[in-house]
Amino acid sequence: MNSSSRFSDQRGFAVWIYVVTLIALGVAAYVALVFYQNIVDRKAEAKQDVFRVVEVSDQTIDPAIWGKNYPRQYDSYKRTVDTERTNHGGSEAFQHLDKDPVWRRIFAGYAFGVDYREERGHAYMLLDQKETERVTKFKQPGACLQCHASTLNLYINEGLKAGVPPGKSNWEAQIQKGFEVVCKMPYVEAAKLVEHPVSCIDCHDAENMNLRVNRPGFLNGIRALAKSDYPTPHLPSIERWRKDGRKGQYEPNTDATRQELRSMVCAQCHVEYYFKGEGKLVTYPWDKGLKVEQIEAYYNEVGHNDWKHKETGAGVLKAQHPEFEMWSQGIHARSGVSCADCHMPYVREGAIKVSNHHVRSPLLNVAQACQTCHRVSEKEITARALLVQDRNAALLTRAEQALLGLIDAIVAAQKAGATDAQLKAARDFQRQAQWRLDFVAAENSMGFHAPQEAARILAEAIDYARQGELAVARDTKAPVLAATP
Amino acid sequence: MKAPTLFMTLRKHPLLLLAIVALFGVVAGLCTYTFTYAQGFSYFSNDPQACMNCHIMREQFDGWQKSPHHAVASCNDCHTPHSFIPKYLSKAENGFWHSKGFTLQDFHEPIMIRQKNVAVLQQNCVACHEQIVDGINTHPGDPKKMLDCLHCHREVGHGPIR
Repeated sequence: MNSSSRFSDQRGFAVWIYVVTLIALGVAAYVALVFYQNIVDRKAEAKQDVFRVVEVSDQTIDPAIWGKNYPRQYDSYKRTVDTERTNHGGSEAFQHLDKDPVWRRIFAGYAFGVDYREERGHAYMLLDQKETERVTKFKQPGACLQCHASTLNLYINEGLKAGVPPGKSNWEAQIQKGFEVVCKMPYVEAAKLVEHPVSCIDCHDAENMNLRVNRPGFLNGIRALAKSDYPTPHLPSIERWRKDGRKGQYEPNTDATRQELRSMVCAQCHVEYYFKGEGKLVTYPWDKGLKVEQIEAYYNEVGHNDWKHKETGAGVLKAQHPEFEMWSQGIHARSGVSCADCHMPYVREGAIKVSNHHVRSPLLNVAQACQTCHRVSEKEITARALLVQDRNAALLTRAEQALLGLIDAIVAAQKAGATDAQLKAARDFQRQAQWRLDFVAAENSMGFHAPQEAARILAEAIDYARQGELAVARDTKAPVLAATP
Repeated sequence: MKAPTLFMTLRKHPLLLLAIVALFGVVAGLCTYTFTYAQGFSYFSNDPQACMNCHIMREQFDGWQKSPHHAVASCNDCHTPHSFIPKYLSKAENGFWHSKGFTLQDFHEPIMIRQKNVAVLQQNCVACHEQIVDGINTHPGDPKKMLDCLHCHREVGHGPIR
């Protein structure tokens, strides 16, 4: 009895050993095959990452079609619809005029004093432009579309219609002519001719996916910059073109390196501009250089005012979004870091490396945007960036207050009966101070693209504003200041 | 009575024994094939190409080809200990983490060297440059406290950093 029970115990134990061994071997075989399959996949990814399932050409505007060939890039491109806030910006369309009511006074008499919402992501550029009160309540030209829609094909088609001969060799002539036609159209009419916000075709050559710039405003602007003597260590191809005897004109698409083009495609739009003359040609004021005072000197020379300030009557300028100009002054540009390096960093999907087409603030993606070069913790990197931005924000607030002080002083002097001659110097100071303040405020990095330069510009803004106040007192002999204790 | 039970059962059921043995063979075959397909033996070598098998190290490899150390040191000269047993222990440990990371795709991007491997690097810098750095080597033998060579010489291995 006892012995037979022990025997059956051992028999049961042996069966268990078989069962466990079988299961273990089955699992091992399964894992080996899964592992094998994984390695096969990774090897395949490394060999080919593009399958041309449709043909794309310079005529293909719809990004969804390109997306069939480049699904990874397209997926991230579509995500520019995201709404995210960073400490000082982001992609949520809050009303700046409500957040900082001082800007209602600074922009008095101008469309921006009516509606100044924070930009949303690339996906919304066309929609938001059609809806802003700056367009619905004011008459705007077709020029605005250069940077709010995928207009390359529109320009080419309009150029052909206007009589430029067809063919690839006349590519730029077609674009430039079409650009002239569209710029002077009324906005509402021109907007009917476009359908998409910035699309693949606006930065890529369909034939070989090379980066390519095509916006006439940029092509003309960068050539004007090349012709100047403004040093461009961050754009070595321009310096090379100058050194080689300035033959013909600078051609960014053939002269610039791929790394430079990774900034230039962005600089097609993220720049300061104005609408030149009756033709409303979008023009980048770079003839004298990219610095705030060089652009100002250009505007002074051509006698450009964006508007007359409603409260003070000063002829003032509106800075647009001079990201390229500000970046050009900073340490990242100087070190050869392009826009795309931080705003479209490489991401890995399996064994494939693609640049992230979800263009956004690096603060939302510190690991990939910054840590590739800066080998410190994400927390530390974020803290450093925010420190720069917080300092800039504080200085910006001071400059706003200084400018308001000047506006108040001029308004008070006007009420007291000061003449235009007496207020000329003060109004000139307002123009200078306001231009500098706005140059930093409108620039989308809260000073980060070039911290020291932003601080320099704001220091000048504050100085000019206060000098303006002194000028009011001096030239109008205001009784309060004349009374010395 | 106790010990021979297992063998007795096996003797009673020879087919079961055959099945288990066959399964061992199948698994061994599958593993060997996967290992070969994955170029498993290359990881025992000193060939820098092996470090690029999984493509993650392509940039580091490209950078190294243009770096000052290209002519005198390859991946293992800097990244693994120089003596035999520590070298293969280090390869085994890092190999495990690399395989896990690449298979499950759960690693930190950009990839960063672990503290433990920084210590190996540091020892290897000193191993070659001992005569020069002897005077500034503040904590000889303690790679964690030594003056960090790479703090200033980050570019020697993989070329210039943007």
